[in-house]
Amino acid sequence: MTAADWLILLGHFLLLSLLSIGGAITVASDMHRVMVDQMGLISDAQFSASIAIAQASPGPNVLFVAVMGYQAAGIPGAIAILTAIMLPSTTLALLAARWGHQRRDWLSVRSFKAGLAPLVVGLLMATGWILATSIEGWHHLLLTAVAALLVWKTRLHLLVMIGAGALAGALGWI
Amino acid sequence: MTDSDAGNGDDALDGAQREPVSPVELFVAFTLLALQGFGGVIAIAQRVLVEQKRWLTREQFVEILSLAQVLPGPNVCNVALMIGDRFFGWRGAFAALGGMMVLPMVIVLAVAALYAQYAAEPVVAGAFRGMSAVAAGLILGTALKLASALGSNPMGVRVCFLAGATVFAAVALLRLPLVLVLLVVGSLTCAFAWSRLRASDSGRNASR
Repeated sequence: MTAADWLILLGHFLLLSLLSIGGAITVASDMHRVMVDQMGLISDAQFSASIAIAQASPGPNVLFVAVMGYQAAGIPGAIAILTAIMLPSTTLALLAARWGHQRRDWLSVRSFKAGLAPLVVGLLMATGWILATSIEGWHHLLLTAVAALLVWKTRLHLLVMIGAGALAGALGWI
Repeated sequence: MTDSDAGNGDDALDGAQREPVSPVELFVAFTLLALQGFGGVIAIAQRVLVEQKRWLTREQFVEILSLAQVLPGPNVCNVALMIGDRFFGWRGAFAALGGMMVLPMVIVLAVAALYAQYAAEPVVAGAFRGMSAVAAGLILGTALKLASALGSNPMGVRVCFLAGATVFAAVALLRLPLVLVLLVVGSLTCAFAWSRLRASDSGRNASR
């Protein structure tokens, strides 16, 4: 891969960063188009493994981008591509948060916050639903429901629940 | 939603609100919570920041999360930035974001290096399935918990429920593009919230 290829790829990720409303996973289909179809940097299997690895590891899911960069070009690739996907959105988020916080008494800012609050809850439910239904079969839905109930109503440690899920899966129960 | 910084009678808010003492404390706290976040960090972030550390009320967390969700970028990373910035400016923002990213990145790359060797093992594949199923439940449970913050929303509980259910159906069931859903539903709810807030503001001024 030439330096010019890298500039094109990183430039594309800088742009995708500004389009990634709802998280980097929402523009993953376009990353697939560029990295797998156009440039042939990683295979289809490497692409989907990147997402699975990030989900099964601790930390933000955006790290799947770092795994793709790692598979394409090692640790420098991981750092470069993660920086490209984070820098524009991070800058924008910081500026927008400051702007809004300084004007938090404004009617327009209060309306914006109040109007969006219920949408957040709906979006989180949608994410949970999509994640749960992306797994084949239906046995695991019981596990999902129990975990949801425990988080909602108890203070049981989240790692205990994750560990129980891993054990149940490893034993072949789901 | 009021902007008062004091908590108002909630099971998580029976004690006083607290603040981090330094950017280093932010870095450590976000590193620890990121390391506990399998399949996403929102669930653990809510529990640590609101219920354990008490750096934010449930209402403040929903406000920050809603702004983080409509802006581009990973939601939890935006949340970390905004919380860090609120306490220590840009130094806090980078301490929180760095805590969230640095150690987890080292771990995820190590897992990536190992994964290729063991992905075909049924035990490993099964464990991944189990963890993903629980991770979905953690997100759903967090959504249910945050729904209680809508009790103080100026639009009222019924409108909030309707708006949340509409967004869920559009995104999860109909799989419509997120930008479209947020623009349509969000502009309606923001306009409605604006009219309710304006009415209550003018009512308060008139009674003064």
